[in-house]
Amino acid sequence: MEAVPARARVYVAGVTVCACALLLPLPLPVPSVRSPGWAVALLAALYAAGEQLARRRLAGTFYPVLLAGAFLLPPPAAALVAVPGALLSHGVRRSVQLRRVWRAAQLVVAVWAAARVHGALGGRDAVVTPDFPYVLGPAGAAVLVFCLVLAVLDAGVLALADHAPVARTCRGVFGRSLAPVAVHGLAGLMMAVLWRSPYGPVAALLVLLPMYVSWWVFAQYHRERAAHRATIRALVQAVDIKDGYTRGHSERVGRASMMIARELGLDDERVEVLRLAGILHDVGKLGVPTRLLRKDGPLTPEERRVIELHPEYGHEITRGISFLGEARAAILHHHERLDGSGYPYGLSGAQIPECARVVAVADAFDAMTSTRSYRRARPVATALEELRRCAGAQFDPDMVEALTRALAREGWHPAVTAEEAAVPRPRRDAASHGRPGVRP
Amino acid sequence: MSRAGAARSWPVARFPASLGGVPALLVVVRGAAGLLVTVSVVVTLRTGPVERSLALAFGALVAVGELTRWRGPQLREAAPLGAAGALAYALLGEAAGRPTHHGTAQVVTVVCAASLLGSVPHIARGQSPTLDHLARRVLTVGFAAVCFQPLYNRGVFDSWVGPAYALLLVALLTLTALCDAVLAAALAHARTRWPFGPLLRDELRALAGIGSAVCATGAVMALAVAAAGLWALPVFCVPLLLTQLSFRRYAAVRATYRQTIASLARATEIAGYTPAGHAHRVAALGLAVGRDLGLTEPELTVLEYAALMHDIGQLSLVDPVPAGATAALPPAEQRRIALLGGAVVRQTGVNPQVATVVERQADPYPEQPRAARIVRVVNAYEEKARDAGPGGALAALEELRLGAAGDYAPEVVEALARVLARGSLTAPAAG
Repeated sequence: MEAVPARARVYVAGVTVCACALLLPLPLPVPSVRSPGWAVALLAALYAAGEQLARRRLAGTFYPVLLAGAFLLPPPAAALVAVPGALLSHGVRRSVQLRRVWRAAQLVVAVWAAARVHGALGGRDAVVTPDFPYVLGPAGAAVLVFCLVLAVLDAGVLALADHAPVARTCRGVFGRSLAPVAVHGLAGLMMAVLWRSPYGPVAALLVLLPMYVSWWVFAQYHRERAAHRATIRALVQAVDIKDGYTRGHSERVGRASMMIARELGLDDERVEVLRLAGILHDVGKLGVPTRLLRKDGPLTPEERRVIELHPEYGHEITRGISFLGEARAAILHHHERLDGSGYPYGLSGAQIPECARVVAVADAFDAMTSTRSYRRARPVATALEELRRCAGAQFDPDMVEALTRALAREGWHPAVTAEEAAVPRPRRDAASHGRPGVRP
Repeated sequence: MSRAGAARSWPVARFPASLGGVPALLVVVRGAAGLLVTVSVVVTLRTGPVERSLALAFGALVAVGELTRWRGPQLREAAPLGAAGALAYALLGEAAGRPTHHGTAQVVTVVCAASLLGSVPHIARGQSPTLDHLARRVLTVGFAAVCFQPLYNRGVFDSWVGPAYALLLVALLTLTALCDAVLAAALAHARTRWPFGPLLRDELRALAGIGSAVCATGAVMALAVAAAGLWALPVFCVPLLLTQLSFRRYAAVRATYRQTIASLARATEIAGYTPAGHAHRVAALGLAVGRDLGLTEPELTVLEYAALMHDIGQLSLVDPVPAGATAALPPAEQRRIALLGGAVVRQTGVNPQVATVVERQADPYPEQPRAARIVRVVNAYEEKARDAGPGGALAALEELRLGAAGDYAPEVVEALARVLARGSLTAPAAG
């Protein structure tokens, strides 16, 4: 939202006015809560503190408190709980003020609707009794409404600001957020039941501790996973630099292998393994002296033999990495040729593992289409022609065919692949924030 | 997981023998747990079980928690759901507003039976020291139940109502958790002979993380069942089960990460810059020395990664150092290789502290961080002792002691001597 279009601003203003109207009938006496003002203040403080903590230490939001408010309080009071936390939240980029107002207005409307539905189904009395399993019904309905309102409002603002298709965005946001919000809803329900039990708010606060630890672990998991990916990327960059390749050769081979694998109709797990195989195919070159890899002019037979050891080195280096699976076979055999004249073992035909045949084609394709120190890049069509010419003797014709088909459909965008392709970004962001609902 | 895990838990496998192979403390703990279970079962059978549906529900919870426990060397609480369920049953005073009557004996019996039932698949697969895990669980739950059930059933807590009762449960659980931490540290000390202080400190530190979640969940379950009946159990299990799953994934990604780092370390060996298995041996010995010096668990992780990658700078050399023996090079050259290594490590996105340790491994020891001192000493020892044959270890140690004035930190050399004297690492296995 670098430059927010005027129509989006109007939309935000409209939602904000609605939110204010929903908050208006305050304060009102609530028969079953001893002091509603006190309860609202405590919940609002908890939510604000939780948001601050979540933003700094983890990546997530503190919906259990909001949903507990919706299960405990009448709609306007429950909606008020969200305001301070949302207004104090940190902005990510520019137009921070607008984002805060939007967040607050959106949450007010969503919490109000959830509390309204919950109350109309008699959920608040059921929480006091507590009338299990009946309480689960109104709570479930409230969670559904909460997700739905957030998704619709988000889709609206995205449509106005970025021209995103409304229906698809709405479905996407709703689908992604339902499961996490349902878990938050269970925690919120437990909070509400304990709050109304003889043990009071003290017991309700205890519910937040396990939730907090759960998020913390989740955030740690994502941090560690990102570090792991960075390590693999650094590993292959080291190989590329050592070999004097153009930057990103290994990543591009990974991408081409993935395209072939998809075209062959392999399942997602094997596609991912093939991507890794493509990325790591030359890792064994770490073990070959730099002097040889960068040598100008013809190699002696002795030097050639040393370089041709790199598939075995790669296989040995990756021996301890259990998640690579059959990718290790691809690393070992990616220089085998169909007619049996390749190395290291001189396998032929179907003896060569399928994944190695995929990586061999991808490797040759990128070698031809990228610029090397000793020659310029060739066009994609010429490279495919060359691959077809060598199919049968050097390459598996099926793989060449699959690559041709995939390229015809998706095209080849090598410039994009060098950095970004390593991380499937949108999926990861949605997962790592654990934040149901996309913020504009 | 296996390789790197084995590298880390290696000293465990060779604990010194006493009392016919099992340390005395282990015998005492197992004996106490066995006695407690026997007495409880006899008492429960004589009096007959009460409130069977409650017992069954909590037993099922503990069994499920035990079934879904993870295996992994580096995580403390392997079955948080089971632990929380057992503690909640020990501290359960009411169910749906009506007082309960189960005593300590029934709590111990139910928890023990359920844990055993849940462990059957694990035992069948031949995994893990389940016996000590079980003994610890039984003793901890027994402690909590002894503190609570007799007093509650006699009406001592009748004056504690409302929020005060909730706080009472929290206080009891905190006490139980502290005792559990001491017991766990003592068991680990008896098994491994690592110093007790740092082990206890690590246990207490873990208490703030998963430990607090287990305690809070135990208290919440006891209170929620008291207020809402057995329905509260499934409702609250879902969030905790998710915690357990994320812990599992976290453990898995940590393991693959360590494997990747270890593979990177092998690159220098395969390139012929360093002898095979050198990085792994330095890492294993370095960890043992770090434990002896009382490093915390995060510091040990940094130390392990740095030790695995300490020779990575040699990849940038055009020609290898003879036998990879950097300790014999002139100091300026050593420092240059260390800086090259630090630059490579910095690129890999691991904790920047690891890069710092790799970078400073060749500095004079007063200027080094502690982990870098350990890497330097252990690396030098490994290189000197490697080819010396029998008796070479002692000679190498002596050489380090003499050189300690300038290059090698004396306290680290002494720690190394203690580790070697303990005998757990006298003959480094290859790889």
